[in-house]
Amino acid sequence: MAGRGRGQLTFSVEIVGIGKGENLPPSSVQPTPLFPPLDQKPVPLQTGEEAEYMLALKQEFRGAMKTLPFYIRPAAPKKDVERYSDKYQKIETSDHSLEWKPDWRRFPKELRVREKRPLRDKSPAVPKQPKQPRVDKEEIIRKLETLEQKEEDGSSDEEEGEKKKPQEEEAEGEEEYDEEEFEDETDYIMSYFDNGEEFGGDSDENVDEAIY
Amino acid sequence: MTVQEVRLCGLLLQQHFGNVVEKVGTHLIRSGVLTLRALAYETKLPLDLVKKSLCVLVQHGMCTFGAGRRGPAGPVEYRINCESIIHMLRYPRYIYTAKSLYGDTGELIVEEILQRGQMTMSSTVRTVADRLTNNMPEGQSMDYSEVVSAFSRLVETHFLQRCPPLASAGSSSSTLDTPLPAATQPTEPESHPDCYKLPYINLTGQGKRRRSSEGGEADQRAAKKARTDNSECGDDGIHWQVNFQRFHLHFRDQAIISAVSCKLDQSSSEIVRTMLRMSEVTTPAHAAFTQALSSNEIFRALQSSYNIARPNLDQYLSLLVDDPMEFVGKTGDSGGGMYVVNLHRALANLARATLESVVQERFGSRSARIFRLLLRKRHLEQKQVEDFAMIPAKEAKDMLYTLLSENLVQLQEIPKTPDYAPSRTFYLYTVNQLPTARLLLQHCYKTVCNLIERRLYETKENKRLLEKSQRIEAILASLQATEAEAAQLTEVEEMITVPERQQLESLRHHINKLDSSENQVDESIFLLESYIKSTQASR
Repeated sequence: MAGRGRGQLTFSVEIVGIGKGENLPPSSVQPTPLFPPLDQKPVPLQTGEEAEYMLALKQEFRGAMKTLPFYIRPAAPKKDVERYSDKYQKIETSDHSLEWKPDWRRFPKELRVREKRPLRDKSPAVPKQPKQPRVDKEEIIRKLETLEQKEEDGSSDEEEGEKKKPQEEEAEGEEEYDEEEFEDETDYIMSYFDNGEEFGGDSDENVDEAIY
Repeated sequence: MTVQEVRLCGLLLQQHFGNVVEKVGTHLIRSGVLTLRALAYETKLPLDLVKKSLCVLVQHGMCTFGAGRRGPAGPVEYRINCESIIHMLRYPRYIYTAKSLYGDTGELIVEEILQRGQMTMSSTVRTVADRLTNNMPEGQSMDYSEVVSAFSRLVETHFLQRCPPLASAGSSSSTLDTPLPAATQPTEPESHPDCYKLPYINLTGQGKRRRSSEGGEADQRAAKKARTDNSECGDDGIHWQVNFQRFHLHFRDQAIISAVSCKLDQSSSEIVRTMLRMSEVTTPAHAAFTQALSSNEIFRALQSSYNIARPNLDQYLSLLVDDPMEFVGKTGDSGGGMYVVNLHRALANLARATLESVVQERFGSRSARIFRLLLRKRHLEQKQVEDFAMIPAKEAKDMLYTLLSENLVQLQEIPKTPDYAPSRTFYLYTVNQLPTARLLLQHCYKTVCNLIERRLYETKENKRLLEKSQRIEAILASLQATEAEAAQLTEVEEMITVPERQQLESLRHHINKLDSSENQVDESIFLLESYIKSTQASR
């Protein structure tokens, strides 16, 4: 409205009240300050029982909303390295019993979030069925392998028995030492293999067998 | 939606629902109407979080959904209702009003429903009874029937209403999706005939006290039990929400009554209160004036405690009619005189008083004099302003230009010749009440935004100190529970040094001041909003 300068106004300034040659305040070339000085001080706030009660209500309401399930926190950012303590921290945050269950008849169907709970009763039954035939197959394969090993080792047993006679003390000592060692500390490994032979002793011959 | 309104909505959503809902909500306000997929894509949030946020917003009545532009076969579109987000500022006032009208029970009922958006009657009754029982001394407990009666009174006076039903609510078993109502026409809750009908529920019992020793297990069991009990109470699917409009009508009546009592005296305000109460049910929401009431009716309805005799009543009524504020008008002479309360004019006067007081507090009493003069005389020239306001020319000029730069006063050109030559045109100063009220309303929104942001800043600056004090309070509480010695307690208390304590105290003082300022600004927001709505409705 004011144009580019006082000399180029579209209307005569006398009418609006600015006389000729009068001192006008300088035109500002910056934005107004962020905290301008106040000429008049503001009126003090209302005090009294009503104001204080409403203040308390407001603060309590805000605090209560933070604890309700409606306060959605963003998902925790993924860490670069998986840490051992993550397993224990994750369980604490999922507290399904206090979660809010809306009446889904009043919401559009697409908003329903289907959660996969690993602790549900039905779920272990379902994945067990496809797993069971696989488990059976693995067991069968293992059994076949151990049987193969037993046959081969059974034939080489007699050979070993002859070889080890000259090395009785050392071999037996070693074997006994090995067996005792294995029996004391890693007992279960012996029963796991269940082939009665030494652990890894003859394995040079049976390269094509799986080494446990 | 204006910039300030969007900013305020964002801050309120963040305070109450967290950052995720704030992001979803502000994006939806800015874009208008969106589908779920578009919203998830544009906000770059995971789909699950977007779904949860939309559920929260729909639950609290801030978001509506409906069939989109492609018709019922297309994806569902969502739209935000900004007004209901801004109402969150006024929640403490609603709760306080419920307390003053219906006591603690009413207060807790309204607070629970506001926290959860919508609730069924049975779950509300149970939760409120439990809360009341926890506050009572040992051995006593709150009976459900008392809470039910408070709830019924709230529904009878229309402070609570049923949530509007969805069109597809009844046909969940059909294979085809029944069309949802179009997003452009949300069903009004009042259009439902059973809006205020209480369901019959068989709910007997008493509130349960929560024992801290049982811990979380009992809470979990109780929560699960509450959910399964809902359907057994007979009011499954009937949700209740707060009727904000009714609360606003109540606030408007309160404002008019207090204005009358300030301007005239207590007895006139009682008369106006009686008139308003009589016409509560018969007056539609945004009517310009109430139904005509005869003087005889008013006299009969007046409570005897006011002690107003019949001739006094007539005198008071004529005083009210002659008052320049025009709260009450006379529309006829039958039945001793027919009187109405001019609602629209009362609101306009209240808004005008607000504008005048803002100018006075900001720019001084002489600027306020000029402002009032322009409001009354509509259009004045520069010279006339100086003469009527009795202010020297230079100062009047200065004040007028300040008001003009703040946009509170406008310049109107009236040409004498068709070519708008400056020497032959009148330049008149004028004030238009409605646009100025809108401007001040936006200033109020900006003020509240600034207050909230300052409060967040103060909290963030002193976060370390606040956390420390919270931890120490927790330690103290656990020590007291195990009955430690006084020496240990003092030792823990001394962990906060004296200057830190002072800092905490001043922080608390600042935050309280900022919060109560928000409450006070909200009162002005309410007045200006009601005036603008009433003007729009009367056009």
